[in-house]
Amino acid sequence: MLSRTADNLYWITRYMERAETMARLLDVGGRMALLPSTGEGFHSEWESLLQASGTAEGFARKYGDPVQRNIESYFFFDLDNPSSIASCITRARENARIVRGALTTQVWDTLNGAFQEIRALERRPRSELDLSSLTDWTMRHSALLRGAIDGTQLRKDGWDFLKLGYYLERADNTARLIDVKYYVLLPGVEFVGSGLDNYQWTTLLRAMSAQRAFHWAYGGEISARKIAHFLILNIQSPRSLRSSVEGMTEHLDRLARGYQRSSAAQSKSRALLAELAELEVKDIFDEGLHEFLTRFIGEVAALATLIHDTYLSGDQA
Amino acid sequence: MEPTYFNEMYQNGGVRSPYRHLENWTAEMPAELRSLKQAEAEALFRRIGITFAVYGEGGDPDRLIPFDMFPRVFTAAEWARLERGIKQRARALNAFLVDVYGRGEIVRAGRIPARLVYQNEAYEKAVAGFVPPRGVYSHIVGIDLVRTGPDEFFVLEDNCRTPSGVSYMLENREIMMRMFPALFRENRIQPVDRYPELLRRTLQSVAPAKCDREPVVVILTPGHFNSAYYEHSFLADLMGVELVEGQDLFVEGEFVYMRTTEGPKKVDVIYRRIDDAFLDPLCFRPDSALGVPGLMDVYRSGGVTICSAPGAGVADDKAIYTFVPEMIRFYLGETPILQNVPTWQCGKPEDLKHVLAHLGELVVKEVHGSGGYGMLVGPRSTQEQIARFAERILADPANYIAQPTLALSTVPTFVEEGIAPRHVDLRPYCLVGERVELVPGGLTRVALKEGSLVVNSSQGGGVKDTWVLAE
Repeated sequence: MLSRTADNLYWITRYMERAETMARLLDVGGRMALLPSTGEGFHSEWESLLQASGTAEGFARKYGDPVQRNIESYFFFDLDNPSSIASCITRARENARIVRGALTTQVWDTLNGAFQEIRALERRPRSELDLSSLTDWTMRHSALLRGAIDGTQLRKDGWDFLKLGYYLERADNTARLIDVKYYVLLPGVEFVGSGLDNYQWTTLLRAMSAQRAFHWAYGGEISARKIAHFLILNIQSPRSLRSSVEGMTEHLDRLARGYQRSSAAQSKSRALLAELAELEVKDIFDEGLHEFLTRFIGEVAALATLIHDTYLSGDQA
Repeated sequence: MEPTYFNEMYQNGGVRSPYRHLENWTAEMPAELRSLKQAEAEALFRRIGITFAVYGEGGDPDRLIPFDMFPRVFTAAEWARLERGIKQRARALNAFLVDVYGRGEIVRAGRIPARLVYQNEAYEKAVAGFVPPRGVYSHIVGIDLVRTGPDEFFVLEDNCRTPSGVSYMLENREIMMRMFPALFRENRIQPVDRYPELLRRTLQSVAPAKCDREPVVVILTPGHFNSAYYEHSFLADLMGVELVEGQDLFVEGEFVYMRTTEGPKKVDVIYRRIDDAFLDPLCFRPDSALGVPGLMDVYRSGGVTICSAPGAGVADDKAIYTFVPEMIRFYLGETPILQNVPTWQCGKPEDLKHVLAHLGELVVKEVHGSGGYGMLVGPRSTQEQIARFAERILADPANYIAQPTLALSTVPTFVEEGIAPRHVDLRPYCLVGERVELVPGGLTRVALKEGSLVVNSSQGGGVKDTWVLAE
């Protein structure tokens, strides 16, 4: 297939996964805002979220103080914010429109439907829209699209590029979400192991729609180590780093088989998967969770570059 | 006095044979069902996202063209004659193109003035002396026809470059079959869905001589912001070929390649939906971001075929149009089957005199204009409008041609008040490659405004499904 077509397919799902992560972040923010303020560190939990998503500066320029309603608008509707849910869905749909021929009617209908609905939502007064209905809406459409893709797309290279977009974006986003908790949200080292610390971990689990799954898998008290294991190393956890990398590897392997040509991206992905498979939580905390995550995010970015150079740019010899 | 118009369904108080099953159909359709079906049709068009602008009409890219459910019908015999005439014209136009980029016999013979050909803006000096594979310049010829009586058909204009609208021919049929399956059981309607397959075969048949395998065809689009993007992607999809933009192609050595996930892939035939000027920035417009640098060199050395061939536009100019019957006699030695509309060239003093004296009865058009703009419809204009237009003609006579107002035929059409006759035209799409092919059908455009003769979608026109009945 055309490299540009593959590129469009890959970005459809990257944007949709990103929209879902933004919804999860908003959810985290909404729950944390229900906590009594700690009076230290960031003067509001919302501001820490802006820091976490790397959009604090753009927000401050436009709105000033982080008031919840403004944050909701900024994260959800604002097209000036390139990571807002509306921006992500608009771009996903634009990419899909360009490659309509490579998508099934069901996939197109789902994306186009989400796009039309978000335009209708924009016209409604903000007071009628509460935060949880917006995040639920996003999760629902994200799930619909994933279902349409898995249920109807032909299992050819196009499907692999769609799935690659999902897994790559998810690996990056999960790593960032954990990092946010560890590095940004907690006001100071003295809070490690405190009630606040545990509350934040629980919130993070909720945001990952994984609270129940966690209890099924581990039971008992929540601890940073258990959660780190669950979100990084556990192969049963659908959003864990290891699951995401496993997904990427599977689809890079399929592409290499289909094209009868192995790729540097495939080797890189396999190496990353092998590392995660051998790792134990102790190793991660010895390296330092933040240091580990920073390195992991860098590896994923390098992998994205390889995928781009191999398949999406069309510049390979 | 209003002329009498040929009504394609009702004649002398009776129903003409091709429409005989349609009388009951409408009589038995309750008004509620009608509006329900109309809404259903519109929803279907919206859902598939079919939007387009007919070649050169411009307008809003996301606009839907109104679809009228009342079909336009031809008998097999009527169509057989049209088909012969259309194919004849397509062959002559291609013979003309090969000639004027070669020895120019028709000019030497004094049948067409040299100035009209060689000074024409559409004459592409860059391809003079080059003969494309099978001697075909225009692979898809759209011929715009109007009807004034049972056997009277006139050609309004020829489109030799990239006539658009064929996706409407195909989608209109799909939607009619989906909404009114019973109609297709009662009437024996010849299918049009072979078109994409025929188009692919036509394009493959003109692959360059250097191509030694199953030819790879692509459609070259200006991109998804173009008003006809839907049609481009629709055709690529149905033909099973890639839809590329300029950035997806590159020239390496003596061939053109596309960038794919499996590396560069050689391209043999490019069905381009962009104008000549944007094909190759090295050859035409250096500021163009749409084209492929070096493409024309590959083309001229026989590494790739471009459809339609660069330079094909010189055959569909309004000034050249007058000479098409002459081309048919000159190249084919045949009598033209389809008539031209009598045309006065305001550039000629005696014609100008006639035009100025009869402005009230004529339609005056700019030579290079299209889309129904910049024209005067004499019978529908005030004295003042006529006087003002006369001044414009006098300022630059060579820029205008004049034709009699044709009494365009009408077909029953669903309107606000029920069913009423509305004026129509027809654009069939003739394919020219190893063989000359025509699917039985085309795009019927209808002027939805009462009394209007302008069928352009930018001026309130709609479209109809066009049926050709089996013997």
